Amino acid sequence: MKGLISEPFQKYEIPGPIKALVISKPKVVSSIIKRAKNPIFIVGHESTKVELNGKKPIDYVIRMAKASDIPVVAVSNTAREFLKRDFKPKALMASMEIGNLLTDPNWSINGKGPHDIALILGITYYVEWVILSGLKSFAYNHLKTISLDRYYQPNANWSFPNLSLKEWYENLEEIARELGVMEK
Amino acid sequence: MANLKIRIDELHTDKIIAKGFEFRVGRLIEEWEEEPGPTQMPNIASLRDWDRKLLSKYKPFYLPFCELCCLCTMGKCDLSQGKRGACGIDMAAQQSRIVLISCTLGAATHTAHARHLLDELIAKYGPDHPIDVGGASVYVEAPNIRLVTGIKPKTLSDLEDALEYCEKELIHLLAACHTGQEGDNIDFESKVFHAGMIDHVALEICDIAQISAYNFPKADPEAPLADIGISVIDPTKPTILVIGHNVPPSIEIYEYMKKAGLEDSIELCGICCTALDLTRKTSKAKIVGPLSHQLRFIRSGLADVIVVDEQCIRTDVLIEAKRVHAPLISTHYRNFQGLPDRTKDSIDEIVKDLVSAQVPGVALLDSEKVGEVAVKVALSVFKKRQKFKAIPLEPEVIKDAKRCTRCGNCQRVCPNYLPIPEAMLAVANGNLEPLSNLYEACIGCGRCEAYDVCHQGLKPHSMIVGASRLKMEQDRFKIRIGRGAIQDTEIRAVGGPIVMGEIPGVVAIVGCANYPGSWKDNAIIAEEFLKRKFIVTASGCAAMSISMYKNEDNQSLYEAYPGIFDAGGLVNCGSCVANSHISGALIKIASIFAKRKLNSNYEEIADYIHNRVGAVGLAWGAMSQKASSIASGFWRLGVPVIVGPHGSKYRRGLLGRKDIKEDWYVLDGRTGKRVYVGPTPEHLFISVEKKEEAMVLIPKLCMRPSDTTKGRAIKLYHYIDLYTKFYGILPDDIHLFVRTKADIPTTMKEEVIKVLEEKGWKESEIPSLDPTLLSKFVRVKG
Ligand code: SF4
Ligand code: SF4
Ligand code: SF4
Repeated sequence: MKGLISEPFQKYEIPGPIKALVISKPKVVSSIIKRAKNPIFIVGHESTKVELNGKKPIDYVIRMAKASDIPVVAVSNTAREFLKRDFKPKALMASMEIGNLLTDPNWSINGKGPHDIALILGITYYVEWVILSGLKSFAYNHLKTISLDRYYQPNANWSFPNLSLKEWYENLEEIARELGVMEK
Repeated sequence: MANLKIRIDELHTDKIIAKGFEFRVGRLIEEWEEEPGPTQMPNIASLRDWDRKLLSKYKPFYLPFCELCCLCTMGKCDLSQGKRGACGIDMAAQQSRIVLISCTLGAATHTAHARHLLDELIAKYGPDHPIDVGGASVYVEAPNIRLVTGIKPKTLSDLEDALEYCEKELIHLLAACHTGQEGDNIDFESKVFHAGMIDHVALEICDIAQISAYNFPKADPEAPLADIGISVIDPTKPTILVIGHNVPPSIEIYEYMKKAGLEDSIELCGICCTALDLTRKTSKAKIVGPLSHQLRFIRSGLADVIVVDEQCIRTDVLIEAKRVHAPLISTHYRNFQGLPDRTKDSIDEIVKDLVSAQVPGVALLDSEKVGEVAVKVALSVFKKRQKFKAIPLEPEVIKDAKRCTRCGNCQRVCPNYLPIPEAMLAVANGNLEPLSNLYEACIGCGRCEAYDVCHQGLKPHSMIVGASRLKMEQDRFKIRIGRGAIQDTEIRAVGGPIVMGEIPGVVAIVGCANYPGSWKDNAIIAEEFLKRKFIVTASGCAAMSISMYKNEDNQSLYEAYPGIFDAGGLVNCGSCVANSHISGALIKIASIFAKRKLNSNYEEIADYIHNRVGAVGLAWGAMSQKASSIASGFWRLGVPVIVGPHGSKYRRGLLGRKDIKEDWYVLDGRTGKRVYVGPTPEHLFISVEKKEEAMVLIPKLCMRPSDTTKGRAIKLYHYIDLYTKFYGILPDDIHLFVRTKADIPTTMKEEVIKVLEEKGWKESEIPSLDPTLLSKFVRVKG
């Protein structure tokens, strides 16, 4: 993975001493998802902003969610893009709302017990940064977080480093593929 | 309260024989017809129960923007993941402490502003100058002051007692932030609310004092329009730029211009609230724009003299002024800028030194002197400076862009991570458009130009502005000047429809210019709700941004919509301090329309507003500590506030849980019975990322337990309509807001009933029309 830098993409968003582990291999993510009891996917507007070879990050989200039956929370105005792709998110809410709910160990979106893994992709960088910071301090007993964003999110438990668009897509593709394999 | 003035025409005693003398004996509390309620001049503890009531429904979700604490020498301490600092504090308490520090700073800034302003106005106009904010149309002239302090001010000096109260409370609030004091986050939050309440008293003192003394528009819905935008400034004239919030020095500049017959020969323009307030005094003054326009306008070189007072001024203003050879005059001791204090020197000496560039600027703490010096210096340096610029011309921008290596550093330090590198690539190929497209989303912070950012030495911000010449030429709009208070008659007319819900809501679009995208978003939001017949109020930088947009008829929204406080009205109250008229209007709905006792009766009024007045604040570009204290004043009144994404850095939300039914019961004031009313309003403070989200939330957060079925149907209509418009799907929480079938908007019956059936919805009893959170307001215990 060329250009691997584990420092915040927005340079001045410096975290505390505990920083996200860099996802060096996409397999790490797929195996965490496979082991998770009740994962949840939180997806924001940045998931529809870029496109490469006719695909947007939201397309990978849908593949992963379908493959592993992960409930998706569409954040901000992302819902329309999901619906366009014939995919109905489990819920629509603001990033702060879902962050708040995840701090409650008794809450889950599907009634299947508390969420133990939150996958996050596409929230405004600095907003995701503070929400992950909130989860790091107020949900650490029951929840681990994985940022699947293109840029390093230091407050997650695991995050990609800062990636080129191509590298990001390759990683997302591999995770989706791994999960798909599991499905079969 | 007033000074007791005693005049004795003739006095004969054993020792004295005197004729015709007058003396004052301090100030006496003047009675008003209402007896004081239970909370006159409340201290930190007085309203704690009320605060806790609200905070049990709207619990804080903390977002540590910094995980470390470095407040004392035992630190730094890492407070993340359940750790405590060396003093014992935990993360929740620390975050709420930071919120308290922010709100106390904000409230202190407004209170200090009020002190400075009031002292100056009393010195100039006398302590007995009458308070008049709207003649006979505004009987309740000071709703915040009356509610909190029990003072009904008649003269400028009457405001001093209210101000002393604010000053005293602020000291206690600040002290609570010290190491080893408060340890409970909810108690910190209660103090945050206290700071907000104090803030609105201070804001009101400022604005009613200046309205009364300077004869600003007095609650006038037809206050005139003023010019706003960079291109309204005539470059052929000497130009004085004023920046800040404390208007007296700027008014003295205008007075001197008038006296010298120079009103039409000099451009007097401003940035931020000083500019807004200056236009309330004279239509000759022009507004450049909100605070995001500081760097670009100074660097444009149009200003021949820059005069700063206090608040929201770039702290590098002297450096920027020097770059364009514009002398700087600092008029306020809170903002000396390192300049020599020349207050006692002669005007001629000061002018000589500034014109000859002997000194780059001076501090001058006498407003009248500022007036004369600024004018004389502007006239003299105008020719010499020849509008010296620090903004590159287009060919230079293209030439520079060719040197960009697209390393991405500038983007990574930009608060909005604007895509500068790819725009540079386009510019290098001769296409300026992508760079000029960033013009409205650039908040003008200058971070991209710090010395270590661009290894090629490029100046992205200046290049954005340089590429946007055509845009700047179109920067020419109209704004309705700040009208001040809301008339009592307006309150009487709209009180009923607001409380019933038939006017779907009051949206206060306020705050700073730290926008996450184009500044036009504020106007787009305002227009949406004006068309939907909400009452839209505005103040400060947000009021300016709303004007900087043209609708399909090529009009600004202030030209297109009336300035009345009524459905479909766009009400610019004024500068930041005029936010007190927005909270004041809500208080007046409770006191004038609903006849609740006003005098020192905070809880009952707040309980009324929270449960019945469908109002919501939107601070899309909230940046400052002042913005946080203004918001906290609304929180204590139970009014929800939405902020843009940068507002997430205020470190916490106050969020309701609509999935927890138990949280949403009120008491029926007539019977004492507990009644489920649904999550109305759902949140007290939330940050959202996209303007569409804000637009969906606004009508939702305007729902109140007191809505009639007609009112609820109207609010639901707007909520569902906007939700489907932006998200392409029906909301999945409609069943929480529909109480009976009569609540369903008629045009949406079919689809809504389908959702209700899916959710297993059952008709509930019609909620009480007398909802309260507090058992003490139940008249007959159930
Ligand atoms: S105030 Fe407390 S948490 Fe902060 S640095 Fe001092 S000991 Fe540490
Ligand atoms: S920092 Fe300079 S070289 Fe790097 S992308 Fe920005 S303008 Fe180009
Ligand atoms: S000046 Fe504009 S472009 Fe530069 S960092 Fe600030 S917002 Fe970004």
